Amino acid sequence: MSAASRKESPEQAEFRVHCRQWLSENTPEKATVRLPESPVEIMTNEQMDYLRSWQKSAYEGGLIGCDYPKSQGGGGMTNCQPIANQEMQAAGVPMLPNVIGLGMGAPTIHYHAQDALKERLLPLLFSAENIWCQGFSEPGAGSDLANVQTFAEKVGDKWVINGHKVWTSLAHFADWMIILVRTDKEDKHNGLSYFVVPIKAALGKGVTVRPLIKITGETGFNEVLFDNLEITDDYRLDEVGNGWKVAMTTLLHERGAGQLVTPSAGRGVVKKESAGDAYSLMGLAKEFARDGKLASDDPVIREEIMKAIIRQEGSKQDARRSRVSSLCDHPMRLPLQTKLLMTEIRQDYAALALEIQGPASSLYLGDDNAPSAGAWPLAYMNSYGMTIAAGASEVQRNILGERILGLAKSK
Amino acid sequence: MAQPKNFGFGEDEKMLRDTAQKFLKDNASVDKLHKLVAGNPDPYRAIESHWDKSIWDKIVEMGWTTVAVPESAGGMGMNLTALAALAEEVGRAALPSPFIATVNATLVVRECDGAVAEQLLGEIAEGKAMTLAGINKLGSWKSSDTDVTAKGDGDVVLNGTAYFVQDVAKSETLIVRAKSSKGVGLYTVAVDADGVNIVADSIIDLTRDQAHIQFNNVKVSSAQVIASGNGGAEAMDKAEPAILTVVAADMVGAGEWQLQTTVEYVNTREQFGHTLGYFQAVKHPVVNMMIMIDQAKSLVYNAACAIDDEPESAMKFARMANAMGSDVASFCSNRAIQFHGGIGFTWECYLHLYTKRQKHNQVMYGDSKYQRAKLAELLMGPVAA
Ligand SMILES: Cc1cc2nc3c(=O)[nH]c(=O)nc-3n(C[C@H](O)[C@H](O)[C@H](O)COP(=O)(O)OP(=O)(O)OC[C@H]3O[C@@H](n4cnc5c(N)ncnc54)[C@H](O)[C@@H]3O)c2cc1C
Repeated sequence: MSAASRKESPEQAEFRVHCRQWLSENTPEKATVRLPESPVEIMTNEQMDYLRSWQKSAYEGGLIGCDYPKSQGGGGMTNCQPIANQEMQAAGVPMLPNVIGLGMGAPTIHYHAQDALKERLLPLLFSAENIWCQGFSEPGAGSDLANVQTFAEKVGDKWVINGHKVWTSLAHFADWMIILVRTDKEDKHNGLSYFVVPIKAALGKGVTVRPLIKITGETGFNEVLFDNLEITDDYRLDEVGNGWKVAMTTLLHERGAGQLVTPSAGRGVVKKESAGDAYSLMGLAKEFARDGKLASDDPVIREEIMKAIIRQEGSKQDARRSRVSSLCDHPMRLPLQTKLLMTEIRQDYAALALEIQGPASSLYLGDDNAPSAGAWPLAYMNSYGMTIAAGASEVQRNILGERILGLAKSK
Repeated sequence: MAQPKNFGFGEDEKMLRDTAQKFLKDNASVDKLHKLVAGNPDPYRAIESHWDKSIWDKIVEMGWTTVAVPESAGGMGMNLTALAALAEEVGRAALPSPFIATVNATLVVRECDGAVAEQLLGEIAEGKAMTLAGINKLGSWKSSDTDVTAKGDGDVVLNGTAYFVQDVAKSETLIVRAKSSKGVGLYTVAVDADGVNIVADSIIDLTRDQAHIQFNNVKVSSAQVIASGNGGAEAMDKAEPAILTVVAADMVGAGEWQLQTTVEYVNTREQFGHTLGYFQAVKHPVVNMMIMIDQAKSLVYNAACAIDDEPESAMKFARMANAMGSDVASFCSNRAIQFHGGIGFTWECYLHLYTKRQKHNQVMYGDSKYQRAKLAELLMGPVAA
């Protein structure tokens, strides 16, 4: 066991060599359009086209879906996706645009769909020829997800869907949606079912997508209205009434705690126009002044930067320790913290970056004099999306308290 | 150099840790601990050191004191990860013993070359308890600061006072830092040597003892010189990452006890028709305790592993581990008492044993603000004048 955990498997080692080789020969051309911070703020076709063709080429290079079975368009390998991710991140390639598909759609389909559906949908998902979105949240069902009211009614051998989804990221580009709907009004949790829906094909024919504008001024999420949309029963995942169970698979992967590691190229290298990580604040502090000296010489700022760096490093080491079972009491204790920690730490150091920038932090994307082209104010504002989406931090703490520490369930 | 993915925590380390955990659970329960150390609550009580020597004898028998002693000197020479795991268990049990003091002495002595160091390491492996002495009156955490002086060549005479010396009442040998015109050297002196006057301190922590030690013309032969010149300060500096990591591990173990004890309480005590853990004003901070402990624990094993496998980063990672460990110590103590309500404020409740040990751990080797300031120096360079 110790020897195995010290070293990569032969398959992993060989695959790493392949990734390096492939990436060195297939570095994508620099984008001619300005790219957003993350895929869920993709606004224009130009941005999407550029990123989509990069994802397609990475898929063809074998860097995406590595651990899925070959019959589903995957690489048929074991624990190789993390290797591809590391190498993509090290190479500083662009992000993968089909995040919802890769992170939530694919594992859910893999674990719960019929074979024929997996084989049909997953290759096109991995290649980004099909973009996916996730229809969970509704006006009345956010943190209380099981309160979903969008209704699917069985009419003959078809299902007819009516309802209203909100905050649906990437729906404006999406071909497909994973959707949680109600099929029984009497039973809150057991009255839910789970489908995949071809929404693009149904635009104007039972599906309406309306963009919503974020606090940053960007678009990226939408509301999606269903008006008597008909779909066939083969788009159902798992049994009728098992939707909640399926949704748990989605959420577990969405929060980075699932079995299948999400293909990810990270956020690209730290460019002049993008916000960095906690370590980058040390350099940032050398560019701004406080009370006649550099912010990097202010003991209070230094202390805050160190706090941020230590937390970031702690999270990184948590991830490492979560794979050493003899140093973990409960197998889910660390994985369930991942999303919460990552998003809160990022929010806190983005806020600190603005403090370091001082008055210049008031300058936003449209100002030529904005430091890092306004990337830090943007990162700060977008950080709230992350502490709210995929289960707000407060909900994450409830889950940790209840599932790991056995505290009484709060309503 | 690169670290192994598993922090170097393999089968041997796991077995050592599991055995330690079971041994302490069976032999050093918190009930026993309370009976042992908290017999007399009077803050003005006579100073006494309470510990169970038979547990220490077993610890020596099981070989814990040899873990950090190199094989060449008769020890097991295991990695720092093994030592961190032991320290975590000792912290979880809030064990009154000379273990941490002896380990810290070991870590310094093993940085020194020569027959005297070799001899001492052999004695440690055989179970002789030792402790470091040399902190100055102002409590400086800097290795070169000491109020003890060494005069003479060859045979040396020590004078002055070493403050905040840990677990002296349980130790046989002092590893003394003393300064001469050539720097800070390191000397071994028996606790009962002529001219050594041990004055016990009355301290908050019930799981330890502490003293200041006056050296009045204490004669030291060349066979007692562990490091001459500035070798004492240099050895202290080299050992610092390991010491910080061991102490952080103690705080992590104690923190986990505070967490589990608090969880048990808020899962049983009911108010307003619910167990306390139902209320989010309780639930969320308890989760935050867990999150901080986990971060500190991961940082501890990372630092321990760095000491063996990535020495160029050891200091950086040890400061991170110790800073987070200290934050765990203060936050867990704070929330644990608060969420126990009135009972948590009593002498009879076991919490205070841990609160006090944590407080002691936080201040003895540099608190979290100090660690962060030193980390900033390391990563960002010194503050411009
Ligand atoms: C950028 C972004 C992208 C998103 N993308 C998608 C998507 O693609 N698909 C999708 O389905 N949804 C998406 N969402 C929706 C997201 O999942 C919900 O916003 C989230 O679950 C919170 O629901 P809500 O907004 O209705 O807030 P509410 O549930 O009304 O909660 C508001 C606040 O109340 C607090 N709170 C709520 N419940 C509790 C509790 N039990 N205990 C303590 N505090 C509580 C929390 O602070 C929470 O932030 C996205 C959201 C954002 C911000």
